[in-house]
Amino acid sequence: MIKAEWFYWLVGLSFLVMAAQMVTDRGNPKRFGTGAFWGLVGAGFIYSSWVVTKRAPAEPLGAAVLVMAVLAGFGCTGRGTPRTTTPQERTASAARLGNRLFIPALTIPAVAMACALGVKHLSIGGEPVLQQGSETILGLGIGAVAALAVAMLLLREKRLSVPVQSGRTMLEAMGWAMLLPQMLATLGTIFQVSGVGGQVGKLATAVLPKDSLYVAVAVYCLGMFAFTLVMGNAFAAFPVMTAAVGWPVLIGHFHGNPAAVLALGMLAGFCGTLVTPMAANFNIVPAALLELKDQYGPIKAQLPTAGILLGCNILIMALFAF
Amino acid sequence: MIVLLGVLVVVLGFATKRNPLLVVAVAGIVTGLLGGLDPVKVLAAFGDGFAGSRSVTIFAITLPVIGLLERYGLQEQARALIARFGKLTTGRFLTLYLGLRQIGAAVGLTNVFGPAQTVRPLAAPMAEAAAERRHGRLPGRTREKVRSFAASADNVGLFFGEDVFLAVGSILLITGFVNTTYGTHLEPLHLALWAIPTAVCAFAVHGWRLLRLDRHLERELLTAAAQSTTTAEANR
Repeated sequence: MIKAEWFYWLVGLSFLVMAAQMVTDRGNPKRFGTGAFWGLVGAGFIYSSWVVTKRAPAEPLGAAVLVMAVLAGFGCTGRGTPRTTTPQERTASAARLGNRLFIPALTIPAVAMACALGVKHLSIGGEPVLQQGSETILGLGIGAVAALAVAMLLLREKRLSVPVQSGRTMLEAMGWAMLLPQMLATLGTIFQVSGVGGQVGKLATAVLPKDSLYVAVAVYCLGMFAFTLVMGNAFAAFPVMTAAVGWPVLIGHFHGNPAAVLALGMLAGFCGTLVTPMAANFNIVPAALLELKDQYGPIKAQLPTAGILLGCNILIMALFAF
Repeated sequence: MIVLLGVLVVVLGFATKRNPLLVVAVAGIVTGLLGGLDPVKVLAAFGDGFAGSRSVTIFAITLPVIGLLERYGLQEQARALIARFGKLTTGRFLTLYLGLRQIGAAVGLTNVFGPAQTVRPLAAPMAEAAAERRHGRLPGRTREKVRSFAASADNVGLFFGEDVFLAVGSILLITGFVNTTYGTHLEPLHLALWAIPTAVCAFAVHGWRLLRLDRHLERELLTAAAQSTTTAEANR
């Protein structure tokens, strides 16, 4: 059985190799800080395998995570000299290789699709080929490895250090933003354990008048939206807002159609995900990947759409769910 | 109520543009301590959080191959390809991408597209090249705008496509939560059906905004060009 952990180890290992390259890169004035940061991330990725199965204590990893935050937060990380090709070389190479360049790039989505549709259902000797519940991660991981093999054959590139160097350059360009989604996931858990959700739910119930259907619909949707802004994730907002307003008031008191109320409530939360920096994997990481100067660029592009769609969700719920 | 101070830390930290990684770490520590966790438990929470959320960083596995292909001119070739389709403007191209992304997500193929695997190497350079074909070299700010809209097409397509698919996380969360908490039998199919009207609205609204981006770019670049000519004349 192909397991998700294998790909976490592969990512961890490549971070460790890249960290070694970073430390030896004299073109980077902060080479030690940068190397330490990514080395810790890489080691953390591998160590985590034992933390999720409770075979190793989580505290040392937590301390390492805080060291990562300090290294990044106080500007101890930087960028090295990219070892890459000039724009002229790239244009010449593109003209030479033509559309064949797309073959490895499209291998990733093609393999991911094959895993999601076909391989998922395969099993050998009663054991599924892919670890269940991790098919999307596995699709991406297998796709990336297959694409790398195809690319190296196609480009007649024999040194594995070349893609690793290219990957390192992208990693340095993205910097700490890469780690923000995981940090936020942690914050979400801490919020939950400390009862932040319950408090926000209480606030929502306090401002809710019991007699107006339309106001209640608006409070539920706006609550999902606002809560998602804070938590960065509609999944964290949903149980709280549904327990406070959605179920007791909209479904219990006003007899709304449960499927409609809950589906639209979740979608109102998604409008919040579009405009919050807390949803870093959707909003901040792409800005870093695209090397934007304004890290809020994608959020600004999404803001009007999110506002209009929030209105749409409220309207659809108010008109058709009761 | 005092645990809400952690939320305040986040809001203030982002508003004053401190390093987000540090802001979130501090907010986590503050909230955890105020919520009654002892310091060791807070450390464990950070460790467990990191270990349990590695899947959001798994896209890093694509960076070496994308970097390798870019070294050999993938972005340049993506630009060359789009140049052959004269009618495909930036807005039309991104609307097409939005539609594909949404349909992909609606049939459960959420990881086929994404910022690392499709937006950076393919969609963003193609959108830029389509704008450059009409307007020549783009000034930095306009380039940023086109790239931001490419990222937005990916997000909007994903968010408002995936809920139409039955076995997606958010649908399973809804049924899991209400079926265990309230003892009902909500069918994923009904939830997915109720996601369709919003999915249609999302395509209409964002698609319309993407198409308007073409006119927007035209106006922005005309004023930029006019300004540079007036300054050039003034300098003379």
